[in-house]
Amino acid sequence: MFRVEVSVKSGFPDPRGVALQRDIRDLGIVTADQVRVSDIYLLEGKLSQKEVNIICRELLADPIVEDYSIGEAPLVAAKAQNTHAIEVAYNPGVMDPVEESVGKGILDLGITTVESVKTAKRYYLCGELSASDIELICNKLLVNSVIQHVVTSQERVSLPPATYSFSLEKVDLLTMDDDELTRLGEGKLGLNLNELKRIQSYFSQLGHNPTDVELETLAQTWSEHCKHKTFKSKIRLGELVIDNLLRSTIMKVTDELNKPWCLSTFKDNSGVIDFDGRYALCFKVETHNHPSAVEPYGGASTGIGGVIRDPLGTGLGSRPIANTDVFCFAPPDFPHDRLPPGVLHPRRILKGVRAGVADYGNRVGIPTINGAILFDERYLANPVVLCGTIGLMPREAAQMGKQKPGDLVVVVGGRTGRDGIHGVTFASALLTGESEAVSTSSVQIGNPIMEKKLIDVLLKARERGLYRRITDCGGGGLSSAVGEMAAETGVRLYLEKVPLKYSGLSYTEIWLSESQERMLLAVPVDSAEELVSLFASEDVEATVIGEFTDDRRLKLFYRGNLVCELDMDFLHNGLPQLEKEAVWQPVQYPEPDFAQPPDLGDDLKRILSSWNVCSKEWVIRQYDHEVQGSSILKPLVGISDDGPSDAAIIKPILDSDMGVIVSNGINPKYGDIDPYWMAASAIDEALRQIIAVGGSLRRVALLDNFSWGNPDKPDRLGGLVRAAQACYDIALSYGTPFISGKDSLYNEYKTEEETLCIPPTLLISAMAVMENVAHVVSMDCKQAGDLLYIVGTTNDELGGSHYYGIHGFVGNRVPQVNPQKGKKLMDTLSAAVETGLVKACHDCSEGGIGVAAAEMSFAGGHGMVLYLGRVPLGEPIGRNDIVFFSESNTRFLVEVAPEDSQRFEQAMGGVEFAAIGQVTKGDKFEVYGINGERLLSVALAELKEAWQKPLRW
Amino acid sequence: MVMVRTLVLRAPGTNCDAETVFAFEQAGSLVDSAHVNQLVRGEKLLSSYQILVIPGGFTYGDDISAGKILANELRLKLGEDIQRFVDGGGLILGICNGFQVLVKAGILPRLGDGNRQSLTLAGNDSNRFECRWVYLSVDQESPCIFTRGISTMYLPVAHGEGKVMAEAETLNELNVVLRYADEMGNVQTGYPHNPNGSVDNIAGICDASGHIFALMPHPERFIRWTQHPRWTREVPRERGDGFGVFLNAVEWVKKS
Repeated sequence: MFRVEVSVKSGFPDPRGVALQRDIRDLGIVTADQVRVSDIYLLEGKLSQKEVNIICRELLADPIVEDYSIGEAPLVAAKAQNTHAIEVAYNPGVMDPVEESVGKGILDLGITTVESVKTAKRYYLCGELSASDIELICNKLLVNSVIQHVVTSQERVSLPPATYSFSLEKVDLLTMDDDELTRLGEGKLGLNLNELKRIQSYFSQLGHNPTDVELETLAQTWSEHCKHKTFKSKIRLGELVIDNLLRSTIMKVTDELNKPWCLSTFKDNSGVIDFDGRYALCFKVETHNHPSAVEPYGGASTGIGGVIRDPLGTGLGSRPIANTDVFCFAPPDFPHDRLPPGVLHPRRILKGVRAGVADYGNRVGIPTINGAILFDERYLANPVVLCGTIGLMPREAAQMGKQKPGDLVVVVGGRTGRDGIHGVTFASALLTGESEAVSTSSVQIGNPIMEKKLIDVLLKARERGLYRRITDCGGGGLSSAVGEMAAETGVRLYLEKVPLKYSGLSYTEIWLSESQERMLLAVPVDSAEELVSLFASEDVEATVIGEFTDDRRLKLFYRGNLVCELDMDFLHNGLPQLEKEAVWQPVQYPEPDFAQPPDLGDDLKRILSSWNVCSKEWVIRQYDHEVQGSSILKPLVGISDDGPSDAAIIKPILDSDMGVIVSNGINPKYGDIDPYWMAASAIDEALRQIIAVGGSLRRVALLDNFSWGNPDKPDRLGGLVRAAQACYDIALSYGTPFISGKDSLYNEYKTEEETLCIPPTLLISAMAVMENVAHVVSMDCKQAGDLLYIVGTTNDELGGSHYYGIHGFVGNRVPQVNPQKGKKLMDTLSAAVETGLVKACHDCSEGGIGVAAAEMSFAGGHGMVLYLGRVPLGEPIGRNDIVFFSESNTRFLVEVAPEDSQRFEQAMGGVEFAAIGQVTKGDKFEVYGINGERLLSVALAELKEAWQKPLRW
Repeated sequence: MVMVRTLVLRAPGTNCDAETVFAFEQAGSLVDSAHVNQLVRGEKLLSSYQILVIPGGFTYGDDISAGKILANELRLKLGEDIQRFVDGGGLILGICNGFQVLVKAGILPRLGDGNRQSLTLAGNDSNRFECRWVYLSVDQESPCIFTRGISTMYLPVAHGEGKVMAEAETLNELNVVLRYADEMGNVQTGYPHNPNGSVDNIAGICDASGHIFALMPHPERFIRWTQHPRWTREVPRERGDGFGVFLNAVEWVKKS
């Protein structure tokens, strides 16, 4: 075995080391004077010294900036130099995609004898560092024990090839009593007693016990993650009985609106709408919370990797054209000493998740165009990580395909390993301090280039019509994908044919593995050869692993042995409906009783500096939002390209002028008062952003993503019902159907003393078709002398607001939505924008008029003067701070040139609006109060600095 | 009329191919997009084209170092074809990852010389991938065919490894085409105008003939005015700044 170490030449800067040094300083350790990082490659195989030299010189080390050394390095460098060396390697079974690339690179050099490549990193820390400093640095920054370990001795790098000898495993289910069944269900299966009794009676009718794989298949198919049992359950809320919450609220909007442009909703891997008659758009947002809590980088990268495959596996396959991401974390300044055991620090989770999403999305070449990051201490143990992908396909490929009996089952893409086994049941379980230890196999590192290769060649196969149906292998692996695809026909599958990453997997592991970057196709027999060779031509494996039948049975074979036989009807329809109790009791918070502070400028700056409102430029710039050349309205806009855009717009077809607007609405703070108004506000916010950038409500599709606590607790479920009811009421009135959605429940964390539960969190994502991108308006104010209008009514609605938040209150008057008025207002404003009368438009959300106006002002680089006495009020309000910071929904700040003001005011007939100020020449942001008194006058630079400083990392 | 034929080369992880194809089509070329495997297997011949483009992306994941594996593939499997292509007067353009590939394959700054790599694109000083727009000043002395008649450009960069570093004698002989600048064209500025810490603010270079050109910024992402980050607030222009790069190449082939 050869060990190669590649490091930056001495005297040259080592940016990775400098960045790590900064992170070490953030931990409070200031004595690391210098930090350097090197890459370790361990090459196994028959190699001559000369060949290793060639590999180093021509492949592994850059001749200009890097040096290499071959052979053993001392594990701890000489103490005299005060240098600590720490080597970190991946745990066995964790695959670093770099290993595959190095293998390919070595083959290209004509060297064919390398059998395996392993990678590691070596960190050199120079300075006065104590043993406890080193331990802290390892634990907090260098090593995540879920996937990595510190190399302490020269361990064997490659384990001997594992073998697997077949024996059919049966579970003695028929003799189990209720207690035993309950215990069985509480383990990895995640089934309740009622469900297991149903399974028991099925097998007792057959007269035999289930095999392990039969039981696991049922458990996966019946999991919360796959079947959404809570949303489909029978819920009692007081007098009300709701039979299937999903159907009676969210899906009902879609049914009742019955829009002809909704092409496929709630049945495929994503929802599909018509774009321009020739093309269709599809959109899906997924959560990846639990894996991201345990291993942020790997969890988030497989999260984005997974959601990209949803549009890819929709209809007959679509090309991914945009990503979105929304994260909820605990505040990055959370004290280290208050962290519960087994919980990673939020700063580390944020950095890891951001890097995971960016590294994957950037590599696959999909622009990340929209998102949000929210902070609340209750996300400490359960961060919420939401990744979304939009796809584009020819309209004729929009519908889900249908296989024929006799068609072949073909798995394409990456190989199968032990990755993520039990990820689905893990996703539906509560996390505990031990989760880190038990869930190791549920986390893997994504391989974005495999995914990119797969997308490229798959779309070629679609163009040639080589397959009849497609789906992705996501949660539940082959088990879910094959089980769902074959539900109407039946299937025979030969598990030994599935290509494996390494030997030693049992038939059950092959069937359940959640290895990423795999898709499943139904291929007519006479296309199979062409398909396999097309995939091979771009170095992607395509393997026939079975055939579809017409017997509606799921039959799995392993080396000639039947290991699973299940009736499709029982598998898919046998799950008993859950019955659940819900209660809803509004919480009363103390009414705030503080006097209006003398200087609202300070409060404005505090809100601009709050984690939720502050600039996210540090994150945004690390995503490629320009790739594919489709960007029309970027996430950052304004005179210095750094103001916060309301929504993103892309033009996915390069020679067409039609655009796609993407926005999102989310505000968990309102949910603390009433999840109904939280949901209503989220929909209103997502729609406001579409209007603000020049879109209309004519063709807007919504997605819902619920991240909630344990729905077995009636109060949590009560809130969920309230939120779903608002989704129905508000979306119906706005005429905006839901096309897809997802829920992630059980986001709770048990410690010995307490259960930490996330706040009820609903993300509404919206996608709108824009007929012509010429109408786009950005939020930055454009010219001194222009008039500023407010459109919409301001009420005393500061419940859950940022303003109350900085004064230590929640309050009770949560912002409400009047969707009838709201729709009229949005339609009217949208028509005015389309006639070109509006130069800038920004929606009022967190921080109200104050924050919206300040952002417009510093993004445009112009001063502003506002007169609060002119703001149209829905009720008498005597306080300036309430008018300035109220978070009432359906409001916009609009900039209009003086010469267009008359036409604008005519166009806005029938809607509440008023001119409340002006864009000014200077660099001052000035506000006058209800009685004409000057409330604040702050330099733009000061406001902008307050907004940019917190996340300038 | 002469039909100009351009080949946009794909490899696993290439991701700017579609917009690069579009840019050359808009400039009046016929464009093929081919996988590197097709060239290696002889299914496509470099000699059928006058322009070769290596577009942006993360070929082979940029594992080991950006562009390294594809660079070796070109050097070892297609080296002679590329030499013949250049000898025959062909143009080569490398954008972002393409720049990284061309220098690591020893095709830039100078082909020949045993294809020795004498320049590199190291990790950004910020240690971060960054996506931002930059002002570029074009060296008016440069022989580069792609930038004729252009004095400044405003284009997006999106990379994590874009810092030009080279041996001193290489730097002395280097044909610098583009330098990062501020909006006034002043090249003596630091971050973020120079987004990666490149020596001498270098953003793009060419060979002595001006036929082989590579740059870190993405001209194919600014073809039309609506791609400009401030198009909603500035006076419209007919074309994006990047379009001239493609037009120059196609026009030059037509004339020669």
